[in-house]
Amino acid sequence: MSVVTSRASDPVVTIGGETANPVSRKVPIVFTAVTVIAVLAAISARSGDTAFRFTRSSADPTQLPEMHLPVCPTLWVIAVLLAVGTLFAWRRLLVRRKVPMWLVAVYGTLAVIGFLVWAGVGHAIPLVGLLGGALSLAVPLVYGALAGVIGERVGVVNIAIEAQLLSGAFTAAIVSSVTKQPLLALPAAMVTGMLVGMVLAAFSLKYLVDQVIVGVVLNVLVIGLTSFLYSQVLVPHADQLNTPVRLDALPIPLLSDIPVIGPVFFRQTIVVYLMYVAVAVVAAGLFRTRWGLRLRAVGEHPKAADTVGIKVISTRLWNVALAGAIAGLGGTFFTIGSGIAFNKQMTAGMGYIALAAVIFGKWHPIKATLAALLFGFASNLQNTLSVIGSPVPSEFMLMLPYVVTILAVAGLVGKSRAPAASGKPYVKG
Amino acid sequence: MKLELREITKRFGALVANDRISLAVEPGEIHALLGENGAGKSTLMNVLYGLYASDSGEILLDGVPQRFTGPGDAMAAGIGMVHQHFMLVPCFTVAENVMLGHEATRFGGFLNLDAARDKVREIADRFGFDLDPDALVEDLPVGVQQRVEIIKALSRDAKVLVFDEPTAVLTPQETDELMGIMRQLRDSGAAIVFITHKLREVREVADRITVIRLGKVVGEASPTATNAELASLMVGRAVELIVHKNPPRLGEVGLAVSELTVIDHHGTHVVKNVSFEVRRGEILAIAGVQGNGQTELTEALLGLQKHVRGSIRLDGVEVSGQSVRHLLDAGVGFVPEDRNEDGLVGDFSVAENLMLDRAHGEPFVKAGSVQQRKLMEFARSKVAEFDVRTQGIDEHVKFLSGGNQQKVVIARELSRELRLLVAAQPTRGVDVGSVEFIHEQIVAARDAGVPVVVVSTELDEVSALADRIMVMYGGHIVGIVPGATSRSDLGLMMAGERMTEGAAA
Repeated sequence: MSVVTSRASDPVVTIGGETANPVSRKVPIVFTAVTVIAVLAAISARSGDTAFRFTRSSADPTQLPEMHLPVCPTLWVIAVLLAVGTLFAWRRLLVRRKVPMWLVAVYGTLAVIGFLVWAGVGHAIPLVGLLGGALSLAVPLVYGALAGVIGERVGVVNIAIEAQLLSGAFTAAIVSSVTKQPLLALPAAMVTGMLVGMVLAAFSLKYLVDQVIVGVVLNVLVIGLTSFLYSQVLVPHADQLNTPVRLDALPIPLLSDIPVIGPVFFRQTIVVYLMYVAVAVVAAGLFRTRWGLRLRAVGEHPKAADTVGIKVISTRLWNVALAGAIAGLGGTFFTIGSGIAFNKQMTAGMGYIALAAVIFGKWHPIKATLAALLFGFASNLQNTLSVIGSPVPSEFMLMLPYVVTILAVAGLVGKSRAPAASGKPYVKG
Repeated sequence: MKLELREITKRFGALVANDRISLAVEPGEIHALLGENGAGKSTLMNVLYGLYASDSGEILLDGVPQRFTGPGDAMAAGIGMVHQHFMLVPCFTVAENVMLGHEATRFGGFLNLDAARDKVREIADRFGFDLDPDALVEDLPVGVQQRVEIIKALSRDAKVLVFDEPTAVLTPQETDELMGIMRQLRDSGAAIVFITHKLREVREVADRITVIRLGKVVGEASPTATNAELASLMVGRAVELIVHKNPPRLGEVGLAVSELTVIDHHGTHVVKNVSFEVRRGEILAIAGVQGNGQTELTEALLGLQKHVRGSIRLDGVEVSGQSVRHLLDAGVGFVPEDRNEDGLVGDFSVAENLMLDRAHGEPFVKAGSVQQRKLMEFARSKVAEFDVRTQGIDEHVKFLSGGNQQKVVIARELSRELRLLVAAQPTRGVDVGSVEFIHEQIVAARDAGVPVVVVSTELDEVSALADRIMVMYGGHIVGIVPGATSRSDLGLMMAGERMTEGAAA
């Protein structure tokens, strides 16, 4: 029997290239819903103006005039723009292409402006306060998200971010109260955050306890411990132990004078400036340095890392400790960063939101930071609107940050892939 | 560099995985370590590579005793390993994988990727590989990934290279190329340890052969030894390497698959518009390199795949889209590819595993409770019939050897009234003695008039069992050819070269 074979342009030669291209319908559907809501809002809008204020106080060097937007026409313009965007999104779906990210961003911004105009009828919305507050509220989230990214990238799910934030806040309050030196509180908070991280690492790496369970237990433990110490020690001695000296805002010369941007980004405390640095350092470090390459290798394929002589367990231990230190630093925001005395459970679940930001940000430090900023914005929007008095019930507004979180994580993340060995203990052999 | 292992002993609890094994490999020599699965080859290499600490014995390089506390030490001493399961990070580039662990850096710990790229290109050029240093490893075909592993070892100036079952994932052509690379490495003065259980490859490339069995060196052989000699050394008794089977007595068409397409959860078409028939009393063997749609095809036959288009008819009745339960009741016997994952519950007893697929009712379950006496009787008879070597029917299946575990699976599947038997990789990780037995059972099922589909990546097994051979590549059927088709032709088909009309007759 002779067998003749032929090569060339056989269709057989395509390897796995032929995919069904399952394009997500989520974006067009969400767009459609938003557009419908916008149109309804435009129809039902009360007449009047909404003002946007661009300066914080009369002391600002550059004074910009308020902008008054007539509600009805503005909403109609926005509704039409949103409708155009929606049509574009459906068209992309028909040709099986993805909706570009910039469109989603522009669309979201428009929708938010529309919401502000609708909700702020007859009031002035302080834009600088809104954005600046958003950044402030995002600070612990960003630190927490960085801690989460590092943890998961090295293969340990850091559920204990909440505990790290809380212990950081607690330590910072005491150290700042006792020494009257808020700067000393920063390293102290990092050390306690790191300790929490090391406990997590010890149980999950050495004793192979389920990481999620250890993390949750640590959260509960730290809540209990700080609450106990608060009521037994801090409350009776509040003057000595729980009157933290706050960190001053340090305006950066020149940059802080830029209208809107200046006061939002460059008239902040050192904790915020350190956050800028941390984001940049982690992002660059993770993808461009030996530290990052080894860290990611350990989180993706620990055995491969082991076979090239990288010590998996100690890499994990030290990076989880580092993550804890970063989250601990983030915790200082709650007390010395905002000039508030320590209180029970004052982190209020921010650690979990930070973890959501990690997923929303697809385990990338910059994207996770952006996600954290979005959650910060949602929180502060709620604050701002309840202050100026909006038609939306305040209970509903309180839900806003969490609704955004759920929508973001469940709906709009799209395909993303966690580090392959995240959450899995490494056992040699 | 000369590698010498002296009296290496490694125990795991009561099990002695390596019992005073000694081995010497000269530079410029390919030394094959031949043994069955579970004979202790991999343990020995893990000791050599610093992954396990040996209980006694020493490792010498050029006569100097070494102490390895981890793979890093072994590598620094000049030992490189090409692992059976590649030790590559899939989402890293080739250059990143090669540099990992001994990164060239610039100021501040920043990676010097240019240096790594140059290194990859330099070594690739030396061997005539065509390799993009910036390609992601997960996008590369397995054969190329293996070359990345080789480059990784060479980039650390390895003088002793260990190849651990390197051909398991390769097509016959890729295997030939790998042999070429190994010879080239040998000629450049490297000492090469080649671990395998495939006799053909050993005889082709090895300069010296050491055979180990049950953790002990049982002898040396020369490459001129015959397959039968090597096999009997490996197994410890004379083995039949040829399956005896009569010409098939073909009946009606039992299984008819037409225009079957399977889509996986990524949306990729993994089986593409496949049509074939299997008659009663016939074995159709599906050949192909791992990952060309065979797994998904067999799973679709048992209703385990979700997105399936096309038709599957069993004795003329359409069954596609039916539940697994329905298909089992309809008489489909299924031997899964990975018995530990899909075939057995390790912590269940032999008896419980034998009734796993019949836990829903008679004869073993009445009014919701297991009929222990009936089950015990049944288990005892099956254990005897299928020669399962076990302490007893109450022993946990995970403590059985691979071959005996597989016998439990086969016994369970064959103990029902079958109208179709699907056996995926029926002898993977099974000792040669059990292979013989399992093959006999499969042939017996065929002779009893069951249509049989066997999937195997081992061409020897395909040729031994098949009445007809269907070769798959990239989810397509490349061709369906007679059982006696030559190995080299099958090899070409496995690489996707389609047969022209008439040649298959």
